[in-house]
Amino acid sequence: MFLVASGLSIIFGVTRIVNFAHGSFYMLGAYIGYTLVQAIGSTAIGFWAAVLIAAVAVGAIGVVMEILLLRRIYRAPELFQLIATFGVILVIQDVALWVWGSEDLVGPQAPGLKGATSILGKPIPEYDLALIAISPLVLVGLWALFKLTRWGTLVRAATQDRQMVAALGVNQRWLFTGVLFLGSALAGLGGAVQIPKGGADLLMDFNILAVAFVVVVVGGMGSIFGAFWAAVLFGILQTFGIQILPNSTLVLMFLVMAVVLIFRPWGLLGMPETLGQAHPGPPEQPLRPALPRVRALGGAVTALLLALPIGHLVFPELVGVFTLVLVIEIMVFVLFAAALHFIMGPGGMVSFGHAAYFGGGAYAAALLVKFADAPFELAFWSAPVGAALLAFLFGWFCVRLSGVYFAMLTLAFAQIAWAFVFQDMPGSVLKTFGIADEFGTPLKITGGDDGLNDIWPSGWASTRIAYYYIAVGLSVAALWIMRRFLYAPFGYTLRAGRDSPLRAAAIGIDLTRHRWLAFTLSGAFTGLAGALFLFSKGSVFPTTLEIARSFDALLMVLLGGVQSLFGPIVGAAALTWLNDLFSVLSYWRFLLGVTIIALVLLLPQGIVGFAGTRLGRRLQLARPEEITA
Amino acid sequence: MTVPAGAPVLGLTGIDAFYGRAQILSGVSLEVRRGEVVTLLGRNGAGKSTTIKSIIGLVRPTKGELSFEGKSLRGLEPFQISRLGLGYVPEDRRVFTGLTVAENLEVGRQPRRENAPEWNHEKLFALFPNLATMNDRLGGLMSGGEQQMLTIARTLMGNPTTILLDEPSEGLAPVIVEQVAKTILDLKAQGLSILLSEQNLHLSTLVSDRAYIIEKGSIRYEGLMADLAGNEEIRGAYLMV
Amino acid sequence: MSGAQHECVPVLEVESLSRSFGGVRAVDRVSFTLFSSELLAMIGPNGAGKTTCFNMVNGQLRPDAGAVRLNGRSILGLPPRSIWRLGVGRTFQITATFASMTVRENVQMALVSYHRRSRALWRPARDHYFDEAMTLLERVGMDRQYDRACGVLAYGDLKRVELAVALANEPRLLLMDEPTAGMAPRERMELMQLTTEIVHERNIGVLFTEHDMDVVFAYADRIMVLDRGQLISEGPPMAVRSDRKVQEIYLGGSAVYGTEPA
Repeated sequence: MFLVASGLSIIFGVTRIVNFAHGSFYMLGAYIGYTLVQAIGSTAIGFWAAVLIAAVAVGAIGVVMEILLLRRIYRAPELFQLIATFGVILVIQDVALWVWGSEDLVGPQAPGLKGATSILGKPIPEYDLALIAISPLVLVGLWALFKLTRWGTLVRAATQDRQMVAALGVNQRWLFTGVLFLGSALAGLGGAVQIPKGGADLLMDFNILAVAFVVVVVGGMGSIFGAFWAAVLFGILQTFGIQILPNSTLVLMFLVMAVVLIFRPWGLLGMPETLGQAHPGPPEQPLRPALPRVRALGGAVTALLLALPIGHLVFPELVGVFTLVLVIEIMVFVLFAAALHFIMGPGGMVSFGHAAYFGGGAYAAALLVKFADAPFELAFWSAPVGAALLAFLFGWFCVRLSGVYFAMLTLAFAQIAWAFVFQDMPGSVLKTFGIADEFGTPLKITGGDDGLNDIWPSGWASTRIAYYYIAVGLSVAALWIMRRFLYAPFGYTLRAGRDSPLRAAAIGIDLTRHRWLAFTLSGAFTGLAGALFLFSKGSVFPTTLEIARSFDALLMVLLGGVQSLFGPIVGAAALTWLNDLFSVLSYWRFLLGVTIIALVLLLPQGIVGFAGTRLGRRLQLARPEEITA
Repeated sequence: MTVPAGAPVLGLTGIDAFYGRAQILSGVSLEVRRGEVVTLLGRNGAGKSTTIKSIIGLVRPTKGELSFEGKSLRGLEPFQISRLGLGYVPEDRRVFTGLTVAENLEVGRQPRRENAPEWNHEKLFALFPNLATMNDRLGGLMSGGEQQMLTIARTLMGNPTTILLDEPSEGLAPVIVEQVAKTILDLKAQGLSILLSEQNLHLSTLVSDRAYIIEKGSIRYEGLMADLAGNEEIRGAYLMV
Repeated sequence: MSGAQHECVPVLEVESLSRSFGGVRAVDRVSFTLFSSELLAMIGPNGAGKTTCFNMVNGQLRPDAGAVRLNGRSILGLPPRSIWRLGVGRTFQITATFASMTVRENVQMALVSYHRRSRALWRPARDHYFDEAMTLLERVGMDRQYDRACGVLAYGDLKRVELAVALANEPRLLLMDEPTAGMAPRERMELMQLTTEIVHERNIGVLFTEHDMDVVFAYADRIMVLDRGQLISEGPPMAVRSDRKVQEIYLGGSAVYGTEPA
C-alpha cells in the first residue's frame, strides 16, 4: 500500500498530474510479475528477480506513457491531463483482458517464505514479515535519494516550481521521465510483491486506486513520509479490523480519513495548496441574459422532445421505441452532467466521484421499493432526497478542500460508496450478527454484484409514453431550475468564490457553507437523474456508482465545455449517443480510451469550446464581442 | 572574452506575444550590449515581464527574432537558453521555500563558462553577507529582502554572462532597494550585462546606462538614461510621473 | 449625518498587540490609535510585522496578547466575516476582484453579501441592489465602465473597483495593503487623492501600508514605523522623515525615493 501510494505521491508532487493510470500500473505489475514468477520464480532468487524485473518493466511502461502522452500535455489544463490518463486506464484494462484473460489468477507462494512464524502466540506468515520489512527499506532509500543527491534536490525544487527550475538551466524533461519511472516502478513493485497474497485480477486497478488516493490524501499530497505513515496506520487498522468486522476495512478507512481531515484538512504531513495557479487560460465571460435566438432554440428543442411520442404513435416505423428509450437515457445523462457542471463550472469544484450520488439515489429508491414496498411516487422522490443527504455528509469533508485535493477526496468517497454496495456491507453486518431469513440463508440487502432487479414505475406511470413524459418533463424542469439558481445571487456567490476566494472572504462570504449547499443541491439533482435511470431500466447495479460512471459525467462536461451552461447538455447528448455506438463492439473500452487520448492530444484547448465558438458565430447564438474578446 | 565590450549580446526584433487570445507584446525590439545595464521601464501590465519571459523562453513569441551572443533562440527550451549563459531572476522572487539556502543555490549550479566570472559560495557570501549566516535556513523562512538576494545568488551560481532582472525592487524597503542597486553596480563591474525591468525610476536612474519605455506592449521610447532623467516631457507622457 | 462637521473620534484602538511565530516575536507590544477621517501609514522593512499587524486587526490571525477595539468595541477573537460586518473594508496589494463578472456585478456581490442575500436562489442577481451599486461606482468614477468584465480592465481601474467594493459595507475603517503597488506615479497620486476625498466625506479612518515613500509623504496624516515587530517611530510625515533611526533602518540615504541620485 505504501509502495503504491508513495509512487502516486511522487508523481503528483513533481508533475502535478494526478496519474489515474497508477492503479493500472499496479495491476500490470501483478500480471507481469505473475507471468515472470511462473517462468523463473521457482527458486527464491528467481522469485525476487521476477518481482524486480516486473517493477522495472512497469517503470518502463510509465516512461513510455510520459514520453508519448504526458510530455505533450504538461501545458494543457489539469483536467485534460486527468482525462488523458483515464484513457490510459481503459486501454490497459482491455490490453490486460486480451493478454491474460478474464480469469482471476492465483499467485504461487514465495519460495523460501512458505512457512509461518509464531509471534505472540499468533501465526504470522513469513512472507508478510518480508513485506513489512520492505516498506521501511524503500522509505529510507527514497529519503536518501531525495535528500542527498543532486537529482533529488532538483526534483524537490521542481515539485514547487518547475518553470523556475527550467529557467535555471535544468532539463526538467529527464527529471520528469525519471520521476515517472520511479513512481510507476513503485506501483509495479507493489503489484508484484502482493501476488503470493492476492494474485492478479482485472478489478485491481480501480480498487487500489481508491485505496492509494485515501492514503495519499490522509498522508498529505506529495509527501512521501505522509504516505508512509498513513499506510502504516491503515495496515494496522486492517489487521485488527478484519478480526472485528470482516469486509469492514473500507468503512474503517473512511472513518479514519474523516477524523484526520477534520483536524488536518491537508493530510497528516501535507501543506496547504499553493494558490495562484488555479486559473490557467483567460477568465470566462460575464453571464448575460439569453439572447432571443437562444431562447427560441431552447423552446424548439423542448417542443420537439414533447412532440416525439406523438410521432411515435403516428409514425411508429419512423420513431421507434428505441428512439424513445435513447432520448430518456440522453435526458438522464444531460441532467447528471448538468448537475455536475453546477458545482464544477460556477463552483470550480471538480468532483471525480459524482456517480456516488447518481447510484446512491437510485439505490435509495430501489431499497425503499424492495424492503418497504414503497409506492413509486414516494420511492422516486426518495432518490434525490437520499442523494442530497449523502452529498451533505460527504460534502462536509470535501468542500473544505479545493482543486486536486477536492477531486481526490470525492473520488475516495465514491469508491467507498461503491464498495459499500458492491460488497453488500449492510448484508454482511446482518450476517455477522447471525440475522437470516426463515430458511436460514443470509439476507441480501444491496444484492452485491447482482444488483436490485424488477423495480418499475407503477400504475399511471408504467406506460412507456407516460414515463417518457415524466423523464423529459422533470429533466427540463430541473435544468431550468438550476439555471435560475446560477443566475441568482447564490450562483454568483459560487462564482465569486471560484474567481477570488480572497475577495469573497473579504466581503463577508462564508464560502465553505455556500460550497457545501451547492454540493448538496448538485447531489439532489444527480439523485433525480439516478431515479429516472432506475425506473427506466427497472434495475440497478453497483456499476452505477463506479469510477467509470463518474468519469462519463466528467467527460460530458469537459467535452461540452465547462465555461458555458450549454456545454454539459451538448456533451452529455453526444457522449451518450457515442457510448451507445461503441458498446456493441468487443474491446470497446480500448476504442473509447484511444478516442479520448486522441481528442486530448489533438485539441488540448478544449473540444466543443473550440468548435462551439465557430458554430456559435455562424448561428449568431453568441454576442459578437464575446467571441472576439 | 569572445565578444568585445560594447558589442550587442542580446537582441530582440519585432517580438509579438500572446496570453490566451490577448496580445501582450506587439513588435518589441531592443538590444543589450556587452557590459551594459539596460532598463525596461513601464507600468504593471505594460509588457515588461512578458518581454523578459519571452527571452528566457517561458513565453513563446508568435513572431520576431531573439538572439543571444549571435545565436538565435528560436525554438529553444528555457533550460537550453539558460545554459547559453543567460541568467533569469524572476519577479516575485520564486525562492524554493521548501529547500534550504544551500539547496536553493545547488539548484542554480551549472558548469563554469569561459567568458563569464565564476561564482562559488565564498564569492557569493562576500557579495551577500546576510546569506552566509543562514546556509541551512529554509527559503520560506526568509524575509523578502533576503529572498531577493538569494534569487540573485541562485542565478549567479549558473555563471551567466548576462542576467535578466525582473522587478527586483518590487515590495522592498528603500534600504533594501539601495542594496539591490549596489549589487547591480557590483555585477556590472564584474563585466556582466544586465537587462532590468523596473517601475522604480529612482533605482533605474541610479544603475542603468540606457532605457526603453514600454507601454501597451510596444516600445515607446529608447535612449540614454541620463537623457530620460533630464527629459520631463517624455517622463510625463509615458511614465505619468 | 451632517457631512461637514467631523468630530475626530477614535475608530481603531490597538493596545500592546503581540504575536509570535515559532519563538520569533513578529509583532511586539504595538499600540496605536486611528481617528476618523485620518490616513495612517504603516511602513517598515519587509518582515517588520506589518502584514501580521494587519491580519490581527481584520481577524485572520489571533493575537497572543493585546486588545483591538473598533469604535470602542472589542473585536478580539471575532472571525474576519463578523469584523467586516462591523464596518471594516479591505483592499489588497494585488487586486482581488471577480474576473468573470462585470464591474457592477462585483459591487452588487458585496452589497448582496452585506444584506445577507447571498443564498437567494431565485431572483436574478443582476436585479439586486442595482442603483446602490451604480451610486458607488459613480463615486469612484467607474460608472461608465459598469458593464465591462473585471477580467479585461486596466490595473488602475481595477483598483477603483476594489475601492467601490470596499465601501459597500459602509465601513468605518479601511485597511489598504499597498494600495498603489504596480501603478504609474501619476495614477498613484490620483487614487490616493480619491481615497482622501471619500474618507473625509464619509468620516472613515484608513490604515495603509505602502512602499512608495512619495505616496506616503504626500498623503499620510501620520506615519508609524515598524521594525522587528516593534513600533520605533510615530508622528507626522516630516518628523518621521527626519528621524535618524528611521533613516538608518528603513529609508536609507533617500536615493531611491528622493530626487538627488547618490
